[in-house]
Amino acid sequence: MKSNNIHKKVSQNVMFWIFRIMSFSVVAILFWIIGFIVYRGIGVINWEFLTAAPEEGMTKGGIFPAIVGTFYLVIGSMLVAFPIGVMSGIYMNEYATNKHIVRVIRIMTNNLGGIPSIVFGLFGMSLFVNKLGFGDSILAGSLTLGLLALPLIIRITEEALKAIPDSYRHGSLALGATKLQTIGRVVLPAAFPNIMTGLILSIGRVSGETAPILFTAAAYFLPKLPSSIYDQVMALPYHLYVIATSGTDLEATRPMAYGTALVLIVIVLIMNLLANYLRKKFTK
Amino acid sequence: MFRKKKNKFFEILIEWMLRLSGSATTIIILLISIFLFTEGWGLFKSSTVEKGYVLCINKENKIKNLTPEQIKEIFDGNITSWKEVGGDDIPIEPMRMDEVIGMFSEEEIGSDFEHLPERLSDVTAEHKGILGFFPEQFIDIKFKGKVLPAETISPKDYFGGKEWFPTATPAAQFGILPLLLGTLWVSLGAILLALPFGLAVAIYLAELANPTVRKILKPVIELLAGIPSVVYGFFGLIVIVPMIRNVFNLPVGETALAGSIVLAIMALPTIITVAEDSMRNTPLAMKESSLALGATHWQTIYHVIIPYASSGIMAAVVLGIGRAIGETMAVLMVTGNAAVIPHTFTEPVRTIPATIAAELGEASVGSVQYQALFMLGAILFILTLIISIWAEVIRKEPHAE
Repeated sequence: MKSNNIHKKVSQNVMFWIFRIMSFSVVAILFWIIGFIVYRGIGVINWEFLTAAPEEGMTKGGIFPAIVGTFYLVIGSMLVAFPIGVMSGIYMNEYATNKHIVRVIRIMTNNLGGIPSIVFGLFGMSLFVNKLGFGDSILAGSLTLGLLALPLIIRITEEALKAIPDSYRHGSLALGATKLQTIGRVVLPAAFPNIMTGLILSIGRVSGETAPILFTAAAYFLPKLPSSIYDQVMALPYHLYVIATSGTDLEATRPMAYGTALVLIVIVLIMNLLANYLRKKFTK
Repeated sequence: MFRKKKNKFFEILIEWMLRLSGSATTIIILLISIFLFTEGWGLFKSSTVEKGYVLCINKENKIKNLTPEQIKEIFDGNITSWKEVGGDDIPIEPMRMDEVIGMFSEEEIGSDFEHLPERLSDVTAEHKGILGFFPEQFIDIKFKGKVLPAETISPKDYFGGKEWFPTATPAAQFGILPLLLGTLWVSLGAILLALPFGLAVAIYLAELANPTVRKILKPVIELLAGIPSVVYGFFGLIVIVPMIRNVFNLPVGETALAGSIVLAIMALPTIITVAEDSMRNTPLAMKESSLALGATHWQTIYHVIIPYASSGIMAAVVLGIGRAIGETMAVLMVTGNAAVIPHTFTEPVRTIPATIAAELGEASVGSVQYQALFMLGAILFILTLIISIWAEVIRKEPHAE
């Protein structure tokens, strides 16, 4: 009996230590990746790198046009996805009374979230670039990325609204406010910080996506900054892909690639920290 | 009174806008499927032979048709007798227009190729085993050979074909088997690597970690999910690919294994989050009863929590596979992209998403290759749709004991 107990204790300890070690190795992998990129990329980052255009076959200069392009694409995609996503979330949580409809919408939203980004790229190319004739442009790229970001924004909006207690709504309605007034002046303001985390997380997601813009917006190199929404743009993730894989002199473009990867990671890091900060600040 | 009416109208308008937005995701999914299939469907109406060309044989040849694979094998010199494709025992003489032109002098052809139809006709009549690949415009009514009827690419060629070679002439090869198998190999490898780690982290987070560690670990895992796939690809290319080349002593490190490792890291957050959620949902009463009966914490995890969470864990695996199947950029950068049916993990492979990303830029809009790539997109779309719904179903299943 006693030996059985000891045996149980030992096997528990062994298993738990295995879990601990495996968990920390996962964390270690993350720090390895980030550390590696930071270590190799930090020396490349300087004012010129962030504000100059690429020169001499991407071996010198900077990534300014790619930063600008990604900025435009992010703004454009959020203009598409944020209003639709928030309204969709409001509809699901506040308006839809039929449980089945809500379930169908939720399944469809999950499905959309599971569709690979390259399929969005195909769809964007077929509809926005060819059928609607936008060509390879900021407009087509933004619309494509916007569709991709939609499920995330819907889900977070819905969760944010769900967290608002019904007493808020009842109080407002009891004072004679209409449903719309209640939503606009009571529910939404209360849910706003959490909805913002959705916006921030999707900005992080969208700024790193490559496959959807491959055939809808991204250009290898442009001598000028875009001047209208019908222009092609350079974008950070595509720039990294191109200089990492298809340069004429891979060794010479490596520093540029490390720098670009670092900028991408920093954007994602900032967006994640910001979202966490907001979430923590307002859940208290 | 008037103001109230205006407000009412405004409310109804807003409500309709909300309703419309609510249906947005459904509409988008419908649109995606419609567009992918309409763009891709033309593939099965396209000729197997390059556009503007025909295949010609001698009049006495009994062959009725050739599959794209047979055509390619003949022109590659791997099939040499008509007997192998169901005809008489005559050696095949594959011939392109250039070769025919080379047989004659400039006068015999004519400066404006005006005699070329006649020459093609003669050559076809003289050579019993000929398989001519000639431009349609030079075949006139007096042609003394037989023109093989234009065959369209069949779904069987597409889904069962063992070769993907979209730029081959005279017959482009659109067999997706290597791509499909490549995708499955890389994804399954990724799940096999990710599952033990994912489960370990999920158990650790759900049962072992104290709140402080948990508070740190959760955002770290979210961050892992947030890193762009192109950065993973870059890291894989610089670090993992050379590592594999050295460890296995290979000529190139861009292999299925490299893809699986990178994808495993990328699928981890999905697996961890879903599995942990389902473990946390185990009713406290079940846990406590097990502990009260004298079971250790580990026995409780193993015999109570994991069985209870098994459907959630299955869902985690399915979603992880879904994530891996659709991943494009990272895989494109590290797997070497050779469209051959894989046999080991240390060979280059090519996945469906990587094929689309690599080739769509060069395919002209509406061409056969373009259609074939959209069809690949449609397959990918259906695969991931099935996976999403599957995961949904197993997550909702009642927990059978």
